[in-house]
Amino acid sequence: MGAELTRHVKRNLVAYIALLPMAVVVIFAYLGTMAWSVRLSFSSSKLLPKNDFVGLTQYFTLFDTPRWLTSLGNLVIIAFFFLLICFALGCLLAIFIDQNVRGESLFRTVFLYPYAMSFVVAGLVWQWVLNPDLGIQHTMHGLGFTGFVLDWVVNPKMVLYAVIVATVWHGSGLVMALILAGLRGVDTEIWRATRIDGIPTWRVYLSIVLPMLRPMIITSLVLLSISIVKMYDVVVAMTNGGPGTASEVPAKFIMDNLFERANIGLATAASTVMLVTVLLVMAPVIYSQYFRKSGRAS
Amino acid sequence: MSKRSTATKRPLTYQEVWGRIGIYAFLGVLALFFLLPLYVMLVTSFKSMDEIRLGLIFSLPQQFSIDAWIKAWTSACTGLECTGLQVGFGNSVKILVPSVIFSILLGAINGYALSFWKVKGANVLFACLLLGSFVPYQVFIYPLVRFYAQTGIYGSLPAIVITHIIFGMPVMTLLFRNYYSGLPVELFKAARIDGAGFWKIFISIILPMSVPIAIVAVIMQVTAIWNDFLLGLVFAGRENLPMTVQLNNIVNTTTGERAYNVNMAATVLTSLVPLTVYLVSGRWFVRGIASGAVKG
Repeated sequence: MGAELTRHVKRNLVAYIALLPMAVVVIFAYLGTMAWSVRLSFSSSKLLPKNDFVGLTQYFTLFDTPRWLTSLGNLVIIAFFFLLICFALGCLLAIFIDQNVRGESLFRTVFLYPYAMSFVVAGLVWQWVLNPDLGIQHTMHGLGFTGFVLDWVVNPKMVLYAVIVATVWHGSGLVMALILAGLRGVDTEIWRATRIDGIPTWRVYLSIVLPMLRPMIITSLVLLSISIVKMYDVVVAMTNGGPGTASEVPAKFIMDNLFERANIGLATAASTVMLVTVLLVMAPVIYSQYFRKSGRAS
Repeated sequence: MSKRSTATKRPLTYQEVWGRIGIYAFLGVLALFFLLPLYVMLVTSFKSMDEIRLGLIFSLPQQFSIDAWIKAWTSACTGLECTGLQVGFGNSVKILVPSVIFSILLGAINGYALSFWKVKGANVLFACLLLGSFVPYQVFIYPLVRFYAQTGIYGSLPAIVITHIIFGMPVMTLLFRNYYSGLPVELFKAARIDGAGFWKIFISIILPMSVPIAIVAVIMQVTAIWNDFLLGLVFAGRENLPMTVQLNNIVNTTTGERAYNVNMAATVLTSLVPLTVYLVSGRWFVRGIASGAVKG
């Protein structure tokens, strides 16, 4: 067995060497940094990392910090509405475009272009359009509708929905593109058969076609979910967490504690909470998506 | 309807006509919603500040002026320095070119080794890499900062390029691995029997067949790296801040009256590279999204 292993390694030696950069990146840049972040979350590190062990102290402090709890709550609200609206809107756009419309490629280009732009741009643009002294509200007042109010970006109660508008604008084209690609792969026989049976179109989409698009749906939900967890740029550009702490998100909480508030212990505790959450949610998805059907295993 | 085209040509019924109108109305209204921000940015960037103060944001410019564009490019202030976005543009290019080249090259080599060669433990590594791509950057950032600081490259061009290579690796590897898995193994086996080695097969057989997927990879990496904000902010250092970071500084650190025309011109300028890539690449862009189900 040992000799056989040596022979195998020798025959494929160059391949082992070629994969060294990947191994280094995985072991040090991904796993190593992760482990160190988790380790630091059990220390009392402030400005500089310390090697002491304070147990779960940082975690207790974390869940006693109103700003963190606000961030988490905000993320839940944003995630719920963003996923729901983005997905529904993306599907509707794809289905409507699939009705053999004229100017199809123009519509596709228009709905997907925001996705090519940076989140910073998305945040800035909607900050202006929704700015009460400049954008839609200002225009409506100028047109004589002085009672019109659209102050989401400066209203602590509504600012999250302003963020959701910007992110939906950015992301729903992605769902449209993926679902549309899926719809184009649906067997036309299905449409012929259901028409003969007199089943209404919406019913066919809902009960037959969409279930067939499961891979596209999972892919788009995974991509959207990742962008929610990583959400940082759009908030920094649009509201910088304000007014007050009304639009804080976890990623921003961590960055602020790392680089401005010099509280590394607390920041790494927060990032560990995010890490564990993401791993718990994503591990089964990755497994089913990439490994069950892995092409050439041998 | 692709479903209807099979039916014989006949005049549409009353109900169907209303259906068509409804479809176009829905798509038209939403197209306006999607185009609104771009329209606002473009018209405002051609106005003077006086006009912005007095007029409405959605109206067309009375007097067409490109002063704001020139100012955004050459003299807009990011904090204390007033050198405009041109510096950020240059920095972004300097970051972009090596990051794109090396991340794609590494992705191709990884994908090739993973799909054609037997390397023990490679699939476990690959699984870790994929899982890592779902993890928020915030988990990695602090240890990486310490590491770069120890090696003395923190806040430099190499630091940000290496960072982009690291975080681009999962999706690039996945992209090439999936593409190579679809190539016929017989080609590879024949070359092996002829005695060709790892690099020989890669360079003379695999690379020439990789052009389509390499184009997808370039599109994905150029847009992703150009649009990056967080990594540039943390790792690039004051001298190399990319365009997105400078844009945010220009817009959000102004004191006094906000020069909306300059800000919006700056925003359009920052979006020009990814927008051009998007408009030129068309369906390739969508292909990138679909094949890169994991995105860092």
